[in-house]
Amino acid sequence: MGYLKRPLIFMLVIWLPMEVSYAQPTGMSAITGGSYVPFYGSDTAVVTVDNFLIDQYPVTNEEFLEFVKKYPSWQRSQVKRLFAEEAYLTVWESDTVLGNAVLPQAPVTYVSWFAAKHYCQCQGKRLPTMEEWEFLAIADKQRSDAREDATFHQAILQWYEQPAPKVLPEVGNTEKNYWGVYDLHGLVWEWVLNFNSVMITGESRNDTALDRNLYCAGGALASTDLMNYAAFMRFAFRSSLKASYTLKNLGFRCAGVKDKEL
Amino acid sequence: MKQLWFTCFSIVFLNSCQQQETATQKAQDIPVDTEVPELSIFQLPSQWTTQDNQEIVLEELQGKVLVMAMIYTSCQFACPRLVADMQRIEKEVAVDKRSDINLVLISIDPEHDQPDTLKQFAIENDLDPARWTLLQGNQDNVLEFAAVLGVQYQKISPVDFSHSNIISVFDHQGVLKYQQEGHGQDNTRIIGEIEALVPRDN
Repeated sequence: MGYLKRPLIFMLVIWLPMEVSYAQPTGMSAITGGSYVPFYGSDTAVVTVDNFLIDQYPVTNEEFLEFVKKYPSWQRSQVKRLFAEEAYLTVWESDTVLGNAVLPQAPVTYVSWFAAKHYCQCQGKRLPTMEEWEFLAIADKQRSDAREDATFHQAILQWYEQPAPKVLPEVGNTEKNYWGVYDLHGLVWEWVLNFNSVMITGESRNDTALDRNLYCAGGALASTDLMNYAAFMRFAFRSSLKASYTLKNLGFRCAGVKDKEL
Repeated sequence: MKQLWFTCFSIVFLNSCQQQETATQKAQDIPVDTEVPELSIFQLPSQWTTQDNQEIVLEELQGKVLVMAMIYTSCQFACPRLVADMQRIEKEVAVDKRSDINLVLISIDPEHDQPDTLKQFAIENDLDPARWTLLQGNQDNVLEFAAVLGVQYQKISPVDFSHSNIISVFDHQGVLKYQQEGHGQDNTRIIGEIEALVPRDN
């Protein structure tokens, strides 16, 4: 039996690079669009996303360092307060030196939405929309939608419960998901383009209606609510953000449009 | 519809890296005495079109106290009340200070709210053109501006948006000073904030 395993392993080794090769630009995965019903919606509130490209990994410190070297107005001492609060890149040693407190291959954090958005623009990319990001986030290793699986949510929630490690690990250490994308869960939270989207459907009205719709779920946890509790946490987190905020556990990755040459 | 919305986003984004760098550099060329504070919304290089079809950048609104809200003109429920709240504020500000405020409405539905639609809306609601500015941007600018103000919004159908109702007050340098949330609030606080910002020598 022992030697039978070898060809299998051998096949796996050649098969893996082939799987990665469908991502057209280096480091990006091509995502086939689709539809899903987000946790806050009724059956009629189906979200549809188009085909798009997504970075396989969050943007790293090293990559962001290259960016600020090229665009000095985004260096720590140069950035305007409107675009990033004081803690911007605070763990770096200086404007253009990473120092010992961060790993070059770890995700860049302490970046504002403005900085993330601008970084992506300067790569000819953009931030993913919330709808795109959530579409990717419902996939596990084998399935594009793993939300029916309780263990999938437990794993995510378990990560949410843990405090961020003192030094963030390098990107790519979590399991690759169905789309060939890493680190959506288990490393850092990520900025999305429209983080300031509201979370309800219906006629526009006072914010109180929004709160009621959201926080009712906390009082009456049915199985569908539990299924989406992780998503609910993300929405609640995003709605607490402002565009200039910079946090220790908040990074980003970029997206692109599939038929656009990058 | 949603797809179209995001396609619009992407087209805009893919082009704006260099443009924004240039805009920033231009802003840095302005002599020190007119330099805007770091927290000013005049730092935003975005282009807007007024109800009179004038192309402007936000910095051109410099000099008056700004009272701003984000609306869309086809809105049935909340926006008329938001505009009514703004009009009440306008009336409650002391007469001698009224000429020093600029009431600004920014459309979150730039596809529908073309300058002539905004103009029509201003006429229908009896908004004095000397004091009211209505702005159309592109999707990117609108999203960015909303992000700065902490305004949440989302298109929920081809004709409807969900959005938070926030009236923001900026000083003459474009720095955010006060925000009032929700409809039909007691205006005492916001009027006080506005009047305190109007220069005394006027």
